[in-house]
Amino acid sequence: MLDQLPAIIIAVPLIAAAVCALIRNETVCWLIALVVAFASFVGSATMLGQVQKYGEDISYKLGGWAPPVGIEYKVDLLAGYVLVLVSLIATAVLIYGRQSVKLEIKKNLHGWYYTMYLLCMCGLLGIVITGDAFNAFVFMEISSLSMYTLIALGKDRRAVAAAYQYLVMGTIGATMYIIGVGLLFTITGTLNMADLAMRLVPLLDTPAAIAGMAFIIVGLSLKIALFPLHLWLPNAYAFAPSAVTSFLAATATKVSIYLLMRYLYTVFGFGFSIERTPIPEVIMVLSLLAIFAGSFTALFQENIKRMLAYSSVAQIGYITLGIALANATGLTGSLVHIFNHAVMKGALFMLVGGIAMQVGTVRLSDMAGAGKAMPLTMFGFVLGGFSMIGVPGTVGFVSKWYLAMGALENGWWWIVALLMLSSLLVLVYMGRVIEVAFFRERPVDAIPLKEAPKSMIVTAWVFLLACVYLGFDTSFTVGVAEQAVNVLLGGAQ
Amino acid sequence: MEGLNELAFVLGGVNHWITVFLIMAGLYIIVSRSNMIKKLVGLSIFQTSVYLLYVSPGKIIGGTAPIISDDFTVYSNPLPHVLILTAIVVGVATLALGLALVIRINEAYGSIEEDDVYSGEDWN
Repeated sequence: MLDQLPAIIIAVPLIAAAVCALIRNETVCWLIALVVAFASFVGSATMLGQVQKYGEDISYKLGGWAPPVGIEYKVDLLAGYVLVLVSLIATAVLIYGRQSVKLEIKKNLHGWYYTMYLLCMCGLLGIVITGDAFNAFVFMEISSLSMYTLIALGKDRRAVAAAYQYLVMGTIGATMYIIGVGLLFTITGTLNMADLAMRLVPLLDTPAAIAGMAFIIVGLSLKIALFPLHLWLPNAYAFAPSAVTSFLAATATKVSIYLLMRYLYTVFGFGFSIERTPIPEVIMVLSLLAIFAGSFTALFQENIKRMLAYSSVAQIGYITLGIALANATGLTGSLVHIFNHAVMKGALFMLVGGIAMQVGTVRLSDMAGAGKAMPLTMFGFVLGGFSMIGVPGTVGFVSKWYLAMGALENGWWWIVALLMLSSLLVLVYMGRVIEVAFFRERPVDAIPLKEAPKSMIVTAWVFLLACVYLGFDTSFTVGVAEQAVNVLLGGAQ
Repeated sequence: MEGLNELAFVLGGVNHWITVFLIMAGLYIIVSRSNMIKKLVGLSIFQTSVYLLYVSPGKIIGGTAPIISDDFTVYSNPLPHVLILTAIVVGVATLALGLALVIRINEAYGSIEEDDVYSGEDWN
């Protein structure tokens, strides 16, 4: 049973999705999805525990065909870390989202929502666990197609237009990725990532390898929403149902970042992609642009979901900045921020879901006085805001600390200055929401507000408390991230 | 002889020239058209270019299917065809979902011109 875990955590959600599509009863589908997501979480955590305990990667031969001929599922520390993140968020959003899904999605579509949700989770887990370049593309498309559908389930008509926009951009990204894989396959004849890394060594300077690398990086950057390829992101986040936004923001882009790291550090190798190409410089400039352009645009948003979406563009910049720093400390910061950002942004979007439910809109001007009527939600927002700013004692501080240390190791003190400056921007845009909610009176004629349902508040607060807890006790995030960085850098040098 | 070499360069890579043409044509249609159906046509052409990129190097002239027999020594790699079968399925699914979204957009906005849909709305 334990030996089969890598296949089980992919196969079970896939089958459960088909079952949900047949049943389509809201309660039953929700229960199935919850049980499956939680089982995936337990499975992922078990595998991560095993890898940590025995210090040996789990390699699973799909169908008994040995790699590199067969497809290999591979769990090392990095993959295990991201698997745990994705399945954990998937479980939490299911608990959180039931009430808001009932309200925000038409009744006859509830069963389909859980079908698509499971498919999306399956795809995201698949991208992380597979050791095969083409298989990763298939899982990428499984997760993306179900994600477009999930976004289009939003009641607002703009949700459909946003989903279309995302579909066009996402497909261009995935196709670019597959063109790159095709070029590498033509010169090496293999699709297994580990095998590819070995066979590419003598071929790295050929035009085909460089072109393949360029296609893969641009394609994945589209999926990551790395500035300036982020145009699909704000609308998709802003108009998707609240539960979908929480899930999408916390997982989808993170998984693509994971894949990018795999290609840069494992397949092409540190010695080539970091030391002999201008990729780190390009990513660094784009990351800094993302941080400032994202934060500046967030300042002027009236729709707070859209504001948080632009803030996500900026936060993705922090994560990719760690990749560009390309030293152990910076990469640790990047990996830690993948987890931390998922937790804090997930919590913030969950709270916004509660606001959308009670206030009826997510416009800033309609939230006046919400602090008095919805204290738990709005104090949660303050706490999440602190974490986004990077106040010591929250997770945001931990990741920024590692990024800053990584920059100093390279002697780039000006990056530290820019990081501080960007934190001020976060302070301003989060401060706007807090100012409106706490220091403005609610208009007399406005509808009276009350707290969001308990299930939503409790899940969001569990995440917020995790923000504080992981800000003090970093043994899980930083501990695993540091070991995972050794895997990335060790395999490359 | 010079001219012959160039001819061989052009003709030898004719599958790649066509691939490059399809990639550029597809991308150009996606960028330049405002009609959402036409955009999806461009997207399809863009995806189709990948099929050629994979399948054409898989063909070895004189090679047979990989069946072990004493009569044959040259085999074609069947893997690219299998991969592209998967990619075709993905392409069909993407196109179907894209068209379904366009139908919904048409119902909601009464237009499938991107200019009408995206500029006629307050996105904030």
